[in-house]
Amino acid sequence: MDEREKIRIMVAKPGLDGHDRGARILSRYFRDAGFEVIYTGCHQTPEQIASAAIQEDVDLVGLSCLSGAHRFLFARVVELLREQGADDIVVIGGGIIPEHDFPSLYQAGIKAIFTPGASLESIVAWIQENVKTGSKNE
Amino acid sequence: MSKPAAKMSSELDERERAAKIIAGDVRTASRLIRALEDRMPAATTTLRRIFPHTGRAHIIGITGSPGAGKSTIADALIESYRKLGKTVGVLAVDPTSPFTGGAILGDRIRMQRHAEDAGVFIRSLATRGSLGGLSHAVGDAIHVLDAMGKDIILIETVGTGQQEVEIINHAHTVIVILVPGMGDDIQAMKAGIMEIADIFVINKADREGAKQLHGIVSAMLDLAREFPGGWRPPILEVENFFEPTSFRERITILQQSVDSHYQLMAGSELMESRLKRKSILKLNDALQAVLIEPVMRDLARDGKLEAMIGLIMRKEADPYSLAEEIAARYFPAGTESKIMAPQ
Repeated sequence: MDEREKIRIMVAKPGLDGHDRGARILSRYFRDAGFEVIYTGCHQTPEQIASAAIQEDVDLVGLSCLSGAHRFLFARVVELLREQGADDIVVIGGGIIPEHDFPSLYQAGIKAIFTPGASLESIVAWIQENVKTGSKNE
Repeated sequence: MSKPAAKMSSELDERERAAKIIAGDVRTASRLIRALEDRMPAATTTLRRIFPHTGRAHIIGITGSPGAGKSTIADALIESYRKLGKTVGVLAVDPTSPFTGGAILGDRIRMQRHAEDAGVFIRSLATRGSLGGLSHAVGDAIHVLDAMGKDIILIETVGTGQQEVEIINHAHTVIVILVPGMGDDIQAMKAGIMEIADIFVINKADREGAKQLHGIVSAMLDLAREFPGGWRPPILEVENFFEPTSFRERITILQQSVDSHYQLMAGSELMESRLKRKSILKLNDALQAVLIEPVMRDLARDGKLEAMIGLIMRKEADPYSLAEEIAARYFPAGTESKIMAPQ
């Protein structure tokens, strides 16, 4: 495989939510899809996530939240990335997210939302289609 | 836009990029490391510009078997050095799957509490098929962190087996972490990873078998004929992470030991022999990038590479004859003497 096509992503769990089985399974599935996956663990602040995403130069951040605080936490990550000149990093979200929250999340800059029932394949396919791969340095 | 103008502007970009890295800009540095991992030719140009600004950091390698506690010790050392007012860069290497090319980079989990500290830069690297417990890009990434002005650079290798000793080519001080009950007492007698330690840490030393392990590593060291520079690798026990006071005390002793090793090294011929080894390695890497890789790309372009691989697979040709054929084509007779004697 040409190394320039390597997709680098971060899977992060913001806020007070310790349920990370889904995030771990996704990380593992992304690995099997050939991505380089940085997993941050639970209980991350949006500040920690944004700063880590920039240090790691990822193409995409996948946020997982099952606690109900997604409206604030997801939007804040996008905002922080923007503030630090890293708005080219795509942010997507998943978890227990009611459909009536979708419009406000999209408006905040979340590019895709996956809820229970979404197949692993569909998430990988979305990423492969929507992430500009390879080094952004050139 | 005319061509010379385009070239000039890209040169300006290069200069600006290098200047930003030297000023410590995180985004520029992390992008450059990505480009170096991806082997983008433009990245090498930037590397050239920052090279004169490297060589100031104390580079510390941390190695040991999977689960020995490398990330946890790295995290604790970050805290120690930050308390001393030093800036820290971390390169954490995890393995790439040989089957899918993917990787889970999970060392960062243990260090995430430093994510918001502007004095700490943490970057995960996947091995991407490199053997030796590191990634091809690690040498270049060290230069980037060094040029950013980091005082301390911690390199965490993949969880190593017996032969992943490449870390000594990059680090001033190598910490080998052992844990009781994993057969490390027999490993202590073997060649490889046990020979590269400047400092041994027996981690999880509150577990059964720590004293025996300590005794055996010590006995092994007694057998050494001499220690380069007179440094006998100390064996430090670190125990129970969940007892913060005693854990911190042990980490402080480790950090002081790391610093003493560096001081001894800096004032002796050890530093020069290390620098020499590293310079040979760098030249080797650069030759690879300048000579071998363009040839491989060229061969791949017109399908010759594929044909040659087929010949080797079917045993219709051996790789040595093919390599000679390639050399004759790309470096015709006489080139060699031109390289050797530029006058």
